[in-house]
Amino acid sequence: MTRLLAPVVRLLARLLAPVAALWDRFARTLPGRVVVRVFGPTVRRLVSPTARYIYRRLVWMVFLLLVVSMLAFLIFYALPSGDPAAQRAGKGADQAQIDRVKHTLFLDRPIYEQYFHYIKQIVLHFDFGFSYDTNADVAHAITSRLPATISLAAGAAVIWLIVGVLIGILSALRPRSFFDRLVMGGALLGISAPVYWLALVALALFSQSYGVIHLIPDTGAYRPLTEDPGAWFTSLIVPWCILALSFAAIYARLMRANLLEVLDQDYLRTAEAKGLSRRRVVVRHGVRSAITPIVTAFGLDLGILLGGAVLTESVFNIPGIGRLSYDAIVASNLPVIQGTVLFAAFFIIAANILVDIVYALIDPRVRLA
Amino acid sequence: MSTPITADPGQPPVVPLTDDDAASADVARSQRQILWGRLKRDKVALVSLGLIGVLVLVAILAPLLVQVLGLPSPDFQDGQAVNEGGEPLGPNSINPFGVDQLGRDVASRVIYGARVSLSVALLSTAISVTLGTLVGVLAGYFRGWVDAIVSRLLDVLLAFPILMLGIGLASACSIGSGCLGGLITPGVPVVVIIIAIAGFPFIARIVRGQVLSLREEEFVLAARSIGASHTRIMLRHLVPNLVAPIIVYSTVLVPQNILFEASLSFLGVGVQDPTSSWGQMLGDASKNTDQWWFMLFPGLALLLTVLAFNLLGDGLQDALNPRKRR
Amino acid sequence: MTDPLLDVRDLRVTIPTEDGDVHAVSGVSFAVEPGKVLGVVGESGSGKSVTMLSLMGLMRRAGARVTGEVRFGGTDLVTADDRTLRRLRGDDVAMIFQDPLSSLHPFYRVGSQITEGIRAHRDVSRKQAKERAIELLGLVGIPRPHQRVDDYPHEFSGGMRQRVMIAMALANDPKLLIADEPTTALDVTVQAQILALLQRLQAELGMAVVMITHDLGVVAEIADDIAVMYAGRIVERAPVKTLFRQPRHPYTWGLLRSIPRLDLPRDVDLVPIEGRPPSLIHPTGRCAFQPRCAYAARCCGTEDPALTPVGSDPEHLVRCDMDEEQGTRIWSALAAGESPEQAALAAGVPTTGTAA
Repeated sequence: MTRLLAPVVRLLARLLAPVAALWDRFARTLPGRVVVRVFGPTVRRLVSPTARYIYRRLVWMVFLLLVVSMLAFLIFYALPSGDPAAQRAGKGADQAQIDRVKHTLFLDRPIYEQYFHYIKQIVLHFDFGFSYDTNADVAHAITSRLPATISLAAGAAVIWLIVGVLIGILSALRPRSFFDRLVMGGALLGISAPVYWLALVALALFSQSYGVIHLIPDTGAYRPLTEDPGAWFTSLIVPWCILALSFAAIYARLMRANLLEVLDQDYLRTAEAKGLSRRRVVVRHGVRSAITPIVTAFGLDLGILLGGAVLTESVFNIPGIGRLSYDAIVASNLPVIQGTVLFAAFFIIAANILVDIVYALIDPRVRLA
Repeated sequence: MSTPITADPGQPPVVPLTDDDAASADVARSQRQILWGRLKRDKVALVSLGLIGVLVLVAILAPLLVQVLGLPSPDFQDGQAVNEGGEPLGPNSINPFGVDQLGRDVASRVIYGARVSLSVALLSTAISVTLGTLVGVLAGYFRGWVDAIVSRLLDVLLAFPILMLGIGLASACSIGSGCLGGLITPGVPVVVIIIAIAGFPFIARIVRGQVLSLREEEFVLAARSIGASHTRIMLRHLVPNLVAPIIVYSTVLVPQNILFEASLSFLGVGVQDPTSSWGQMLGDASKNTDQWWFMLFPGLALLLTVLAFNLLGDGLQDALNPRKRR
Repeated sequence: MTDPLLDVRDLRVTIPTEDGDVHAVSGVSFAVEPGKVLGVVGESGSGKSVTMLSLMGLMRRAGARVTGEVRFGGTDLVTADDRTLRRLRGDDVAMIFQDPLSSLHPFYRVGSQITEGIRAHRDVSRKQAKERAIELLGLVGIPRPHQRVDDYPHEFSGGMRQRVMIAMALANDPKLLIADEPTTALDVTVQAQILALLQRLQAELGMAVVMITHDLGVVAEIADDIAVMYAGRIVERAPVKTLFRQPRHPYTWGLLRSIPRLDLPRDVDLVPIEGRPPSLIHPTGRCAFQPRCAYAARCCGTEDPALTPVGSDPEHLVRCDMDEEQGTRIWSALAAGESPEQAALAAGVPTTGTAA
């Protein structure tokens, strides 16, 4: 990217050169010196390599989002599954009505005009358009679905992180023991089973209405946390566990492999030679190193899930972003598709940037530049 | 995708020799022979390899198998296979796994499902690997603007919510006469292409990374110094060294692709009825929760298949990197 | 003779592996007196590191079986429980390792890595420990210790990192410092500095040092005694002067002839020791060096020779069947720059030919 942006940066520098010269002259005057004294540290912080790295990544994020939206626009525009205008106009609308709808929706313009209009509305008014079928504001539709997705993802993330990391550590401390073989076998099953099948099995066994043991609420029992915390919790327990299971399996395997490798490192021998307690050696020296790749994976996985856990949300009928986008795609509801795709891409890219920053905080050898 | 590739892309591409290999290293052996030698000692990997062999046979010989077992054909709708309440029959003497909503035999549909599952996964993996290797080698070897463009493109692809792309493409292309002016036709090909597109950035990234380090190796420098052409260096010197890691990453990709196909079909946008697919059967099962056999048998088949490939992948990774033995 | 600080008797270490039990150390005995320096020399795989690691109980985790007796200040380290060993480690016995970069934790500041070791054994405040860390960094010759104490290992050069390791080891004024190839991973000029530093610190602090190395040259200056190890055994043990003047084991000869010397003409080639070290999984029951020994034909018996005193000198022990007179003659020929064949001829010992 540096390579591609280099000419742009050079051009900017040339354009800004007179400004910089003026600034230099100003900085030598008395008021200038006062300004530099007062704002100098802030300015330095704002132009530090880390800050510049973050700006660059943010610019890159905006660019990526543009490309993704363009791609999504192309793909979903080019795909002929039903006429959006006819759908929007509703059943029984005549051709004149459909044409009118087409016109108001810009659908009678060339695709690039439609795209520019779309982007312009987002940038100027944060307006993502209106859903074809419910007429709802897309931005609002997404934000109103967000709590459900966040509830699902965050709850599952807590479970899988704790369970996965703990199991991974215990396994690595006793490799090839009975416990290790048992849980690693389980983990392999966990990564091999599709999440919706596990959900179906759990429901078949424990569902309130048709399970072998009537234990857990049926699908579609989700209530927002603010409305009914109890129902919120009971309706999400099973989705959390099921979604967490496969991730916990992945994390346990990752953690075990990492820790086994770290336990073999010279610096662990040093820690032991210092006479530290076993626990301190394992936790402060071993786990600390082994967990860094987990942090990366965790950020990325969470980012993907926040964009919509399509499978889990559909099988448990949780009204989150995943379901919203799935329904929109199946119904060719273009504005909603665009909105959810952009939204999901935003989470993925933001997670990437965050992960890089966090990684640099954890590992002092990494420099953001 | 809910299962990211966790394999470490920074692994060295060469197979490190251990002492027990050194014993027989007098006879020059290729990397592949070394890998195979180690794999042969890994019983779990061998069992999984056997299981995969059986699954492939089941897929190929599905019609024969169904006949031999005396099962109804997968598309035969048995109007009689209902109970007093008009509900589809569970496992019985004629239909060992029961029948589905339309009275079709679940057992034979599960057997035929292996065809879809394996062919989609293997085909899409093959495409991903070919495309990924091509792109990765070019980017890693030429670096410069080729690499810059390729890397940015991969970034875009990786930033794209891939399941949504899949659902979008599949839902549009699986209905009617296909999409992009009939370029992509409905059915299995759509699913294969979507999955291949989703998987190839991973392979491309890994290959690129390995080529970046390989191209600095002395044998490549030597080849360049005697005036070997770019094509020759890439084909004769780089690609052979990529074979072992590519095999391993392929075995990581196959089970993921099986799950991906199943997910698309589960959501109803993948392989379409009447072609039977395990994911699609599970999708049916989620709408008919009273019939436990709808979800149990295709689910078990899916689990077993994915498990076999995952076990093989683990074994291969161990063989490639014996010091990191699990 | 003062009471030894460390007294090792018949130490045996067996490490189970997939291919069979590796007899890494088979019957090693030596003693280190307070304030003395013992050099342990041998090629990689000779069991020198394993010996030292198992002294400190650091081979237990690898599932190694350790037998014999290791007396340190009244405790038997072989039978001691983990708690006792942990109290000794980093306190009375400290260790430094070969590769200072990989031996320091990459995520922690060097100061905190040093203070961690102090606070594990001494009841001092964080502040006191940090002051001690700064003092130690100054002691090992790191400039601006006040600032460097907050740096990370990757911000130091190789030699400076090894100084940090040494500072860490000295944190609790150990009575015994085990240095495992402390200079091997460093540049040659830096090696000399680190050796000089170790020598200075040893003299100033009066601690005993066990210096493990594969390079006789490294210990020539600093050691009082030298033990030469081969295939998990000590094959020769002597005060440093005796060992350099009258080495008696063919393996020691090989080691001596593979280091450059100033007293020989420049055109005399360095002579590598032919062959490979033996398998430690299936010991032959005979002298382990026999297959590589150029003089084995006549003098070797079928039994593994015992470590016996040379002549009347109780401090010079050797594990070889060759008689003393022959040995002296061969060495004087070798020392004059002759090849093993010539030396053997001069001494009237037929060479085996296979090893030549």
